[in-house]
Amino acid sequence: MVATTPAKKEAKVDKRFKVIDVTLKRHNGNPEGLIEVLHKAQESFGYLEEDVLTYIARGLKLPLSQVYGVATFYHLFSLKPGGVHTCIVCMGTACYVKGAGKIIANLEEKLGVKVGETSADGQVSLLSARCIGACGIAPAVVFDGTVAGKLDPQSTWAKIEELKGE
Amino acid sequence: MDLTKLQAIAEQEKQRQKEIRLHCCTSTGCQAAESLQVKDNLKKAIEKKGLGDRAEVIGVGCMGFCGRGPLVQVEPQRKLYEEVTPADAESIIDALAGGTATAVEGDPDHPFFARQMRIVRQHSGEIDPERIEEYIAVGGYQALYKALYEMTPATVVEEITKSGLRGRGGGGYPTGLKWATVAKMPGNQKYIICNADEGDPGAFMDRSVLESDPHLVLEGMAIAGYAVGANHGYIYVRAEYPLAIKRLQRAIQQAKQNGVLGAQIFESPFDFKIDIRIGAGAFVCGEETALIHSIEGGRGNPRPRPPYPAQTGLRGCPTLINNVESFANIKAIITKGADWYASIGTDNSKGTKIFALTGKIQNNGLIEVPMGITLREIVIEMGGGVPDGEVKAVQTGGPSGGCIPASLLDTPVDYDSLIKIGSMMGSGGMVVMDQDTSMVEVAQFYMEFCREETCGKCIPCRTGTVQLHNLLTKLLDKRATTQDLELMESLCQMVKETSLCGLGQTAPNPVLSTWRYFREEYLALIK
Ligand SMILES: Cc1cc2nc3c(=O)[nH]c(=O)nc-3n(C[C@H](O)[C@H](O)[C@H](O)COP(=O)(O)O)c2cc1C
Ligand code: SF4
Ligand code: FES
Ligand code: FES
Repeated sequence: MVATTPAKKEAKVDKRFKVIDVTLKRHNGNPEGLIEVLHKAQESFGYLEEDVLTYIARGLKLPLSQVYGVATFYHLFSLKPGGVHTCIVCMGTACYVKGAGKIIANLEEKLGVKVGETSADGQVSLLSARCIGACGIAPAVVFDGTVAGKLDPQSTWAKIEELKGE
Repeated sequence: MDLTKLQAIAEQEKQRQKEIRLHCCTSTGCQAAESLQVKDNLKKAIEKKGLGDRAEVIGVGCMGFCGRGPLVQVEPQRKLYEEVTPADAESIIDALAGGTATAVEGDPDHPFFARQMRIVRQHSGEIDPERIEEYIAVGGYQALYKALYEMTPATVVEEITKSGLRGRGGGGYPTGLKWATVAKMPGNQKYIICNADEGDPGAFMDRSVLESDPHLVLEGMAIAGYAVGANHGYIYVRAEYPLAIKRLQRAIQQAKQNGVLGAQIFESPFDFKIDIRIGAGAFVCGEETALIHSIEGGRGNPRPRPPYPAQTGLRGCPTLINNVESFANIKAIITKGADWYASIGTDNSKGTKIFALTGKIQNNGLIEVPMGITLREIVIEMGGGVPDGEVKAVQTGGPSGGCIPASLLDTPVDYDSLIKIGSMMGSGGMVVMDQDTSMVEVAQFYMEFCREETCGKCIPCRTGTVQLHNLLTKLLDKRATTQDLELMESLCQMVKETSLCGLGQTAPNPVLSTWRYFREEYLALIK
């Protein structure tokens, strides 16, 4: 995803802000809705850029610092754009015991990034999670929202190549 | 909606159900292994063979043996198939008429299943979680009716108290006592919160209950609302559980349409609505006061207790917070009575508990067992032990718990016994480790978890976890001295005693328990 500011890509931007507007309305501007609004904003923008945070702060009549404080507290909110694909390796205990560490090490080497970063070609964001609740089939990885289990470094890499090939 | 209508729905559903039912697991674990495709192919095969009026395929929740998924069970023949591939589907249908299936046949009488006692998971893997009719057909919402029409709020609370149920979210606080406290509070506005944050890595029973039998939780919450005088409930689910969220949303909608949630439930004066709140990935939000802050739209920082949420909770109102599994026990207690429930388990730990049995173990999955069963029975008999190896330790209680060495496998599993040996029940994660696992590395793993998950509000936890992690790293790099070990021990005590919330207070437990039972591994790393 390319970083866009509201001023630049108006037509596209409008639609994405509308998603936020609808959610804001549903909460009647009540600050209690902040986390849900952030979820929705991230869904439509891919990440939370400063303009979006400012927009939300105004909508909920909250200081920007508070919106920023909440956005940075939670792991799932990202203030940086991600790659085209995401690969989330579970690093919960069950997966760890069954070798998730090796999967990560292999991906870091092959993609040339650390966990939390996006590969230089902008294709794959490598992330880790604290148990995705599929421990029965550990080690588990989520590829673009789809869970796969009983993986090893080779089969994980094969899946990544499959993703990139599409 | 009244009782006759409820019974009519149940009757109609039983009439509708076909003679042969193929249960195909569509929970997360099995979906990850193409179970949806299996389900589709089974349906197609039934049609192709013209068996449509005798047999049906239903997508059910988790059957428990997730490590061997996708699972398909044929009823009433009681045939179980494991690791079913989409290509096996047709042969499974052929087998109905005497052919042989290409899929691996499982043993429904295996100790993994036979030694269980299923109360919360009784219908998990048997009913379609996306259809309220199936829940009603197995007796769903009758407990709510009974509570509303045959019991006063006070007798409901009394029944729960008498059952001896203790919170399944980790702490083990008596549920009846908590309900009584909220019930006694003055004020018109009270709230019920279902804690479905399930942050413990290695635990997935709450997820499975929500995915497999969501109405069971809704019914438990509604009964709780009636008992304590609350008309509004929230379920706080972690965002990492999209399927659970989807099924909950659908269940709430169907319950509303059928008049078992919403205004004037069963035409009584009792109103109860439930909303979902989705987390955003922070372990500390499972802590009850942090969870409340998060529902209010803020950062999930815990606050000192007292006042407890029962007194001052969501929006300053009295609030009852219970775990998913706690709520899921309510229906059975109301239906079968407190005495029946209290007859299961041990003196101080009543009923059953669901455990997520994972790690280096033959049989991976979820089991529900009566409290008091020994670790050996679980890990060796049900779990089948470590494949080509031996159990070295069993980790229970997640980041708040500890590692139990193989020599203590005969310990009964109940709240007090586990605490006595330096671990805890926690929410029910049970990760088995073998000889290949370094216990110091495990301690470091948990400390890294806590270091990253601390909310940072209080100093002992924020800096203590960093220092402990550094010390463990130093040790693993063979740079540490005996003084470092002494420092580690005293730091553990300090963090435990001076942290504000449960996260910090229990963060040193994995270090302390491995230090207690696997001391030689620490000493071997001294430079
Ligand atoms: C750091 C921390 C995390 C917690 N995470 C959870 C959780 O994920 N689910 C849960 O039910 N309880 C969790 N708890 C316990 C809750 O604070 C609370 O005691 C529980 O939800 C009460 O429900 P119960 O009495 O039914 O167990 C956590 C506690 C702490 C200190
Ligand atoms: S103990 Fe840790 S998680 Fe709990 S309030 Fe203090 S810093 Fe936050
Ligand atoms: S530990 Fe990885 S899915 Fe639970
Ligand atoms: S997820 Fe299918 S059996 Fe548990």
